[in-house]
Amino acid sequence: MASNSLRIAIVGGGLAGLAAAMKIAEAGHEVDLISVVPVKRSHSVCAQGGINGAVNTKGEGDSPAKHLDDTVYGGDFLANQPPVKRMCDMAPEIIYLFDRMGVPFSRTKEGLMDFRRFGGTLHHRTAFSGASTGQQLLYALDEQVRRWETEGKVNKYEGWEMLSLVLDDHQVCRGLVAMNLQTLKLKSFAADAVIMATGGPGLIFGKSTNSMTCTGSATSACYQQGARYANGEFIQVHPTSIPGEDKLRLMSESARGEGGRVWVPRDPQDARVPKEIPDAERWYFLEEKYPAYGNLVPRDIATREIFQVCLEGHGVGGENQVYLDLTHIPADVLTERLGAILEIYEMFVGDDPRYVPMRIFPGVHYSMGGLWVDFEQRTNIPGLFAAGECDYSIHGANRLGANSLVSCVYGGFTAAPSAIEYARNVERGSTETNGIHDSELKKQQAINDGIIANEGGENQYKLHEEMGKIMTDNVTVVRYNDRLKATDEKLLELQDRFKNISINDSNLWATQAVPHARQLSNMLSLARVITLGALNRNESRGAHYKPDFPERDDENFMKTTVAEYSEEAPVFSYEPVDVSLVEPRKRDYSSGKKKG
Amino acid sequence: MSTNAHHEKKRLTNPPATIKFKIQRCEKEGSPKYWETFELQYRRNLNVISALMEIRKNPVTIEGKTTTPPVWDMSCLEQVCGICTMVIDGTVRQSCSALVDDLLLASGGNTVILEPMSKFPNVRDLKVDRSKMFDHLKQVNAWIELDGTYDLGPGPHIPNEIAQDRYALSRCMTCGCCLEACPQYGDDNYIGPQAIAQARLFNMHPTGKITAEDRLNGLLGEDGITNCGNAQNCIKVCPMNLPLTKAIYETNRDITIDAIFGWLKK
Repeated sequence: MASNSLRIAIVGGGLAGLAAAMKIAEAGHEVDLISVVPVKRSHSVCAQGGINGAVNTKGEGDSPAKHLDDTVYGGDFLANQPPVKRMCDMAPEIIYLFDRMGVPFSRTKEGLMDFRRFGGTLHHRTAFSGASTGQQLLYALDEQVRRWETEGKVNKYEGWEMLSLVLDDHQVCRGLVAMNLQTLKLKSFAADAVIMATGGPGLIFGKSTNSMTCTGSATSACYQQGARYANGEFIQVHPTSIPGEDKLRLMSESARGEGGRVWVPRDPQDARVPKEIPDAERWYFLEEKYPAYGNLVPRDIATREIFQVCLEGHGVGGENQVYLDLTHIPADVLTERLGAILEIYEMFVGDDPRYVPMRIFPGVHYSMGGLWVDFEQRTNIPGLFAAGECDYSIHGANRLGANSLVSCVYGGFTAAPSAIEYARNVERGSTETNGIHDSELKKQQAINDGIIANEGGENQYKLHEEMGKIMTDNVTVVRYNDRLKATDEKLLELQDRFKNISINDSNLWATQAVPHARQLSNMLSLARVITLGALNRNESRGAHYKPDFPERDDENFMKTTVAEYSEEAPVFSYEPVDVSLVEPRKRDYSSGKKKG
Repeated sequence: MSTNAHHEKKRLTNPPATIKFKIQRCEKEGSPKYWETFELQYRRNLNVISALMEIRKNPVTIEGKTTTPPVWDMSCLEQVCGICTMVIDGTVRQSCSALVDDLLLASGGNTVILEPMSKFPNVRDLKVDRSKMFDHLKQVNAWIELDGTYDLGPGPHIPNEIAQDRYALSRCMTCGCCLEACPQYGDDNYIGPQAIAQARLFNMHPTGKITAEDRLNGLLGEDGITNCGNAQNCIKVCPMNLPLTKAIYETNRDITIDAIFGWLKK
């Protein structure tokens, strides 16, 4: 088959999807790029602090091997190590590529790229563009893909939501069905291969740091059609977010990377304004407990410490909040290096963090779990690939700050050649004519028709709130088996009530009601995978913490959780983790890193 | 962005018991527009998006009539994706960062008025179609011409001052505020500030300079840069504080220089 006739569909236009699109277009193939929002508005814009790559420009003896060690150690030895190594090896070249694309990275006096420190490492390894690095990197890829669009290699379908895969009789992926979010019309996209790059499922928790597009709906659809979902129970709760009515806004780790200090008044009822509380009467609890890493311990640890301090009544004013203090750093330095995030705080809270310590609390942020993929980003469904937050590889039980952007690009850059290779060799047969696309379209249309016709009276937005609340209460920082069981029962109840929703919108043109209903149904399925995965894992590792099982248990649980869909409940199995490169050792951030 | 001495923010001290949201409705592009008003109990920390979410949950107007839920776009809710832009109390801005307390403080009343942007096709209610803006980016080749994505080492040395100036332009989120406020923009007669600023962003880059002429050429047509009437509304409404008028000035200058030397080259 002529190589220039390959057509690959990519679902999701964030960093991972655009990275894959660029590589496929460059290789001379055609891309259908499907995205719920214009790709320039994807959730990658929210990433703030930076992108990791061991370039060792600061004479610290950094290397990709150390990046690998920090990543798998920070991930508490749940990640298969070979792909992590490949990512860390590729990271410097990824960063340099973005430099060539014109990303306005912050610079040193010599005019080289500058690097800052981030959590879980002792090295300056994080390239940054002010405090809106994700936005800048996304724009760079958006620009390159737009260039390919003008050359006819990339066809964008913005404002389309994927509903399902098109699978043939042998469970081979032959394309997908998506819905136009204005007309609600469905269309099938025939493809030689499909790459999922749809990001995380934060909206399952109601309020999170995620964008409103991060429902996990499309990945859940793949799971329900037979794709394996791995390590779902590993949900990162970011230590520092700004609580809000509509979402929890991220306060980047770069605030601590630039010297920000976390503290509470020693007396929680201390009514003085923070600057009038002398140092001796402040409790810098992270620095006290972790002298080597201080405020830059990995996120899971910082989150638990902040959570615990508040639980024990030491939060500021006795409430669920601690100070994140930058006021000791000169205002102009803060403006240059962190301006974007300080503006976000000031805009939404009204205090200027250059002069007043911020009040922050942990918030759901990232899913380490996702679609199961092999080391070439292939899912278990032939023809289906995954990259970025929606795949489970790389981060293990906890993701290090500034590793998400690099893992997205690595995933996209690996999935693209992998998909091309597959597409070149796949038997096409007569799939375009044998009716599988039509029958999947009909099936999906019937689901929409059912939702539209339903008049059961349940309010879908209220169901979403109930799901978010119970998931946040029971399946985040601290987990107990009885509460996890109760959560699953509640999810079953919500699934039942979902059958009786009314969409309450008689105007179907551009309605949000039908898409949200589809998303909610998919979120409920994925919520069960997360909850039951957590229930089954009786240990504590990375972001997954059970007070009743406080230790890591390598013998029983140094294993990847794999969930497969069945109508009753997810079916779980466990796979060994490839730890062939870095021997597992106990995590201890209280002193400099110990070698195994 | 300000490094001036710290000012305490003025806060709403005497909030009303309820707030009204007067929303311009439109069923579909081309359909007649009409108004509906909804009332919510006052609570602290409400932004326009959370108010809309509350209304969507239970869309009943102030007259007690059950209606269709208002439709609007939202995504990041941190004023960095640009999607939720609308006209709020007469000013174009993002609805996520429009805090109800601040709006009430500014208006002195208890009603917030929401309208869609007027310079773009109105899809439904508060949702508009800004795909034109992305076409404009194509028109000015708003990208660096890469040889390829292979490992060719780092890019050129760049002084931090240039990087910072470029960063300021690179924060544009294609929200459309500048076009909504621009008296010249409309009916395809003017490409507008956003695309000019993006052309400038790449023309400032050492590699981008090599193909600067291609970008400038995109601004020489009938809808080009000469349509700027220097009203300077764009910089007043840009939520990311882009130096738009400076970018227009510098691009104009480059076009003039290019015209002179381009002629000499011939």
